[in-house]
Amino acid sequence: MAAPTKQVAGFAEAVRDIPDGAVIALGGFAMPGVPYNLIKALHAQGAKQLTCVANTTGGAQQPRMPDIGMLVENGQVKKVICAFTAATRASDVLPFTKYYESGEVEAELVPQGTLAERLRAAGAGIPAFYTPTAVGTELAEGRETRVINGREYLLEYALPVDYAFVRATRADTFGNLQFHRSQRNFNPVMATAARMTIVEVDEDIVPAGAIDPDAVHLSGIFVHRIVRIPPHPEGIWPQRRQERQR
Amino acid sequence: MSETKGLTRQQMADRIALAFEDGWIVNLGVGIPTQCSNTDIGDRHIIYHSENGVIGYGPVAPAGEEDLNLVNAGGQNVTLKPGAAMVHHADSFAIIRGGHIDVTVMGAYEVACNGDFANWKVSGAKGGGIGGAMDLAACAKRVFIILEHVTRSGAPRLVERCALPVTARGVVKLVATNYGLFEPTGAGFLLREIAPGYTVDEIRAATGAPLIVRGEVPPVRLAG
Repeated sequence: MAAPTKQVAGFAEAVRDIPDGAVIALGGFAMPGVPYNLIKALHAQGAKQLTCVANTTGGAQQPRMPDIGMLVENGQVKKVICAFTAATRASDVLPFTKYYESGEVEAELVPQGTLAERLRAAGAGIPAFYTPTAVGTELAEGRETRVINGREYLLEYALPVDYAFVRATRADTFGNLQFHRSQRNFNPVMATAARMTIVEVDEDIVPAGAIDPDAVHLSGIFVHRIVRIPPHPEGIWPQRRQERQR
Repeated sequence: MSETKGLTRQQMADRIALAFEDGWIVNLGVGIPTQCSNTDIGDRHIIYHSENGVIGYGPVAPAGEEDLNLVNAGGQNVTLKPGAAMVHHADSFAIIRGGHIDVTVMGAYEVACNGDFANWKVSGAKGGGIGGAMDLAACAKRVFIILEHVTRSGAPRLVERCALPVTARGVVKLVATNYGLFEPTGAGFLLREIAPGYTVDEIRAATGAPLIVRGEVPPVRLAG
């Protein structure tokens, strides 16, 4: 018997049962691979006391795209775990910053490679690992280190999550995924770290078997729900700067 | 800055790019370092790596021809060179942590003569932006820094010890500023090359650590 399809009809249905207090990893680096449609649906769904794991809390671009900053403004976020809590350009001010500075939301600042590896470790059954990253910095103060072969390393723990929100280019009904160019970024490791992975996909969902097994970037065993993104403007798509400003 | 005194931002990037060797895998940070990929370094083959899993990117895409799913670390829509490959984030940082990056070029707020540098948190801020800087700084074979020699208020950025929280300790090998090219030696900054229009005394006065000068200092090399 063929496996049942993981496709669901819409974003609201895909995020409907996310409870208050969930830990959610959001893929993306700059614009590629950001699950904007799922973030927008989570904003409408309204779950609170969330912990959000992502590279950044969102961009400073105008008009705004759905991001963690928007969930924070909506009173949905308790904590973020990110590689940036400030903008990449120190002169840009993020919507997130005001809430962070006033103490309304907590943040755990993690080096980007450590963040990726903590997620990978969670999905790979590794409870913790030693890394040379951040040794000798403020981030390592008071934490466990160990000298191995003459070099000092910092102990970092795996970061399992409840949900991963992922954007991909192509999916089959079993959930096998392909990403286009740098859309891949954090998405596959977040999916492996999650108990449930929800995917928004750019192209029409194809039957299982239509993607060459050698060309699958993330196995469908890590994917639970898939939603096809509708055309603009109902669906949210990456746009060129000049198009966003129109 | 007058046009005749000191290096432009592109010239600072050019001087660092001229230090790249044939076959190097290079990671360029956000800001001035990105401009290293504009420099003509002859027939040397350089592989540019970006934290988000792009191995072998090329120049920024012409307007209208951008692939919106392809960006470098600064979020610019770049192009790919023949031989390029994509990996996910954990593999991209395995490349970094595994010591496969020959040089990382970054901006900084401060560099100290003991090789420490600071570039993730400004004074008085609650949060910061680490990005991939701590992984790259701890694990790349070399760290090169490009920064303006002094702050807007004229305070030195080349210092004896960093006052800001550091990104990594004892890792900086080469520093290009608008005043010249410097090497942290532990005891001070060795002035290797001097920018047009500056004197050794002016540079010494604007540097917050001992300036080491050995004989006649050549002008900054900007080609070849």
